[in-house]
Amino acid sequence: MILKGVTLPNGEVTDVEIESGCISSIKRTTSSGLDCDGLVLLPGFVDLHAHLRQPGFEESETVLSASQSAAAGGYTTVFAMANTEPTQDSPATVQYVSCLGEQVGLVRVRPIGAITKGLQGKELAPLAAMAASSAQVKVFSDDGNCLVNVDLMREALLEVKKFGGVIAQHAQDHQQTVGAQMNDGKLSIELGLTGWPRAAEEQIIARDVELAIETDSRLHVCHVTTAGGVEVIRWAKAKGAKVTAEVTPHHLLLNEELVRSYDPVYKVNPPLRTEEDTFALRRGLLEGTIDVLATDHAPHSKERKECEWQSAAFGMVGFEIAASVLFKVLILEGEGDWNDFARIMSIKPSEIGGLTKIGNPVEGSVADLVLFDPTTSRVISKQTHSLSTNNPWAGLELPGRVVHTMFQGRLTVKDGELVG
Amino acid sequence: MKHLVSIRDLSRQDALSLLSSAQELSQVNERSIKKLPTLRGRTVVNLFYENSTRTRISFEIAAKRLSADVINVSADSSSVTKGESLKDTAQTLEALGADCIVLRHPTSGAAHQLANFGWINSSVINAGDGTHEHPTQALLDALTIQQKLGEDLSEMKVLIVGDIRHSRVARSNAILLGMLGARVEFAGPDSLVPIELKNLAASISNDFDVSIANKPDVVMMLRVQRERMLENFKDSQREYINQWSLSRERLQKLAKRTLIMHPGPINRGLEISPEAAEDPRSVILQQVKNGLAVRMAVLHRLLSEEQ
Repeated sequence: MILKGVTLPNGEVTDVEIESGCISSIKRTTSSGLDCDGLVLLPGFVDLHAHLRQPGFEESETVLSASQSAAAGGYTTVFAMANTEPTQDSPATVQYVSCLGEQVGLVRVRPIGAITKGLQGKELAPLAAMAASSAQVKVFSDDGNCLVNVDLMREALLEVKKFGGVIAQHAQDHQQTVGAQMNDGKLSIELGLTGWPRAAEEQIIARDVELAIETDSRLHVCHVTTAGGVEVIRWAKAKGAKVTAEVTPHHLLLNEELVRSYDPVYKVNPPLRTEEDTFALRRGLLEGTIDVLATDHAPHSKERKECEWQSAAFGMVGFEIAASVLFKVLILEGEGDWNDFARIMSIKPSEIGGLTKIGNPVEGSVADLVLFDPTTSRVISKQTHSLSTNNPWAGLELPGRVVHTMFQGRLTVKDGELVG
Repeated sequence: MKHLVSIRDLSRQDALSLLSSAQELSQVNERSIKKLPTLRGRTVVNLFYENSTRTRISFEIAAKRLSADVINVSADSSSVTKGESLKDTAQTLEALGADCIVLRHPTSGAAHQLANFGWINSSVINAGDGTHEHPTQALLDALTIQQKLGEDLSEMKVLIVGDIRHSRVARSNAILLGMLGARVEFAGPDSLVPIELKNLAASISNDFDVSIANKPDVVMMLRVQRERMLENFKDSQREYINQWSLSRERLQKLAKRTLIMHPGPINRGLEISPEAAEDPRSVILQQVKNGLAVRMAVLHRLLSEEQ
C-alpha cells in the first residue's frame, strides 16, 4: 500500500510505502495509492493510561469497544489500567487481558500490572513474574489507590528497577481527600462540595520523586493537575531524577467552573482545577517537564453518572478527542510543532512504557501510523465508539481530525470510519 | 419563575416581590379560617432525603393553606447509592401527578439537578441541599428583619455566627441579604469560617466580642452540629461555648433593638443560652411563622404562574 502525498512532521511532502507491516520506503513515487494530500503523518499514538474495564465491568466498556474508540482516536497502543475485576495483579490476569487485545487486533493492548495485590496497598504483587509473562508488563500502578505506604513504594521502585520497569503513581494523599468532590477553593465553598486540596497531590509527588532519586529507579507521575505539581517535577528533573509525567486532555482544557452545573459528567479524579493550572500544565508540556499526554479514558455506565454529584463515579472518556485537544493547545494556541506532537503522543509514551521500535516514521519501522487533518474541525458528539457516554466534550467544537489509523501495516480506521 | 433552587436564581426585584407577597399571605395565617383556594387540584410532594420535621411541616402546612394536595415522601438517603435513583423517584412522583417537588437532600446540587437536567417537568423547590443552599430559610429571615427593623435593609449590619463552612442557611442568607443591601459579617473559628468564604460576605471576623462591639442590627446564631463541630473544631466544646456562644454576658452587650435570630432547632446552652433564646429581642418564633408565609408565597408564585 502507498500513502500518497503525506506531510511529515518536518513539513516535507512525500509518499510512504507499506509492505508486510513495515514502512518499506519514504520517497516520492509514480504509483497510485491512498490520497493523503494535506494530512500530517504521525507515528501511531500510545496511551499510557486508559481503563478498558474488562474483565469485570463490561457494561461500561470492553476491550473491543475500547480498542475501537482508541483506533478512532489514532491510537495503536493502549496501556490498560490494573483496576479490573479480578485485578491485574497476576501473570494469569495480565496475560488474559493481553490476549483479549490480540483477539480484537485493532490496537496493541499492554496491561499495566497492579503494584500491590488487589490494589490494597498491603503486599506487593508478583511484579517480576508479570514482567516475565507473555504480557511483558513494564508499567505498574495501583491507580486510584495511591500507594501511600512509603516502605512498599520504595520496595516497588527497587523491584521494577531489576527489569527496567516503572512505577506509575496516581498521586493522592487519601487522608486529605476524605469525601472530596472537586478542586478545593472558593468555588468548592460556594457550591458546598468538599474540596480536594492541591497539597494532597503535590506532597505525594514530592515524596515519590525523592524516593525515585534515592532508589535511582523510574517513577511516572500520572495525570498531573496543579501548577505546583509541575514545579515539583521540574525540580526533580533538574536533580536528575528518573521521573516522567503525564497530563490528560481534560486537565489541559477544562476547568472547575464546569462544576457549577453539578453535572457529574465533570466529576473526575483528580479533579478539574483552575484555568491558571491549565496554563501551567500547557507550559509544562511544551517545555518537556510533562512528557506525555495520556487520556485516563474512564468509561462509566449511565447510572453511575445520572445521579447526585456525590454518588456519581469519577472519570470521563477521552480517546477520541485527545489528539484534537493537544493540537489545539500545543500547535494552534501554543508554540509547539508536529515534532513536539509526535514526541508527546507517541515517542515518549512508548519509551516510558518500554515498547520497542516506535518512533518517528522511518524506513524499516513498524507501520503504526496516523494521518491527521489539521485543516478541519468538528463538533464532538456524545456517543463515541465507547460503550459509555460520560463525555464532557459533547457539543464542543475541536480542531483537527484523525482521518486514517494504521496498525501494523493494516488500516484500522479509514476516512474516519472503523475498517472491518 | 418555575423553580426555586438557589437565591442566585432570583433578581433583587423577584426577591422583593416574593417578600411582599409573603407579607400579604401572612395575614391569612392570622385569620380564623386559614385557607385560600388558590392551588386547589395541584399536588405538592415533599421529597425528603434528610429528616427535618420542622421544614417538612412548614412546607406541608403552607401548601395545605393554599388548598394543594400534599404528599410526604421520606426517602432513605442510604438508598441513593443502591436503590432507586433520584431521577427514577422523581419521575415516578411526577407520573403520579406531582406539580411541584419540594426536595431536601444531603447532597449539594441535588435540587439543581432535578430542576435542570430534563428529568422532570414539575417545579422544584430546594428545601436544603447539602452544604449548598436553603433559599426559603433566607427569605423568611429577610422577611422577619423587614417586619422588625423596616423594609429597607440597606446598610443593615447582620452578623452570622457559627459553622459557616457547612451551613446552607448562612450561604443563602449572605447572598440574599447582600443583594438587598445589608452588610453581612460571618463570625466563627477559622476552621469553620475559611477565608475562601470572603466573597460571600462583606466581612469575616474571628472574634465574636469584637463583632458585637461593632453593634450589629441582627445576630443570627447557627445551629451547631455536634459531630461536625468536634471533627472541625479541634478544641473542646467548652472552648467553643466560651468563644462562640451567645451567652448571658454577650446578651447584655447587645443593643436594645438588635434582633436575635436562629434557624432552629436550637441547642440551648451550646450556641445559644436559654436567656438569649427567650429574650424579648429574640424573634425565633416569628421566623417559624414567617416560614409558612414565605413558603406559601413561593408555592403560589411557582404554581399559579404555571397555570
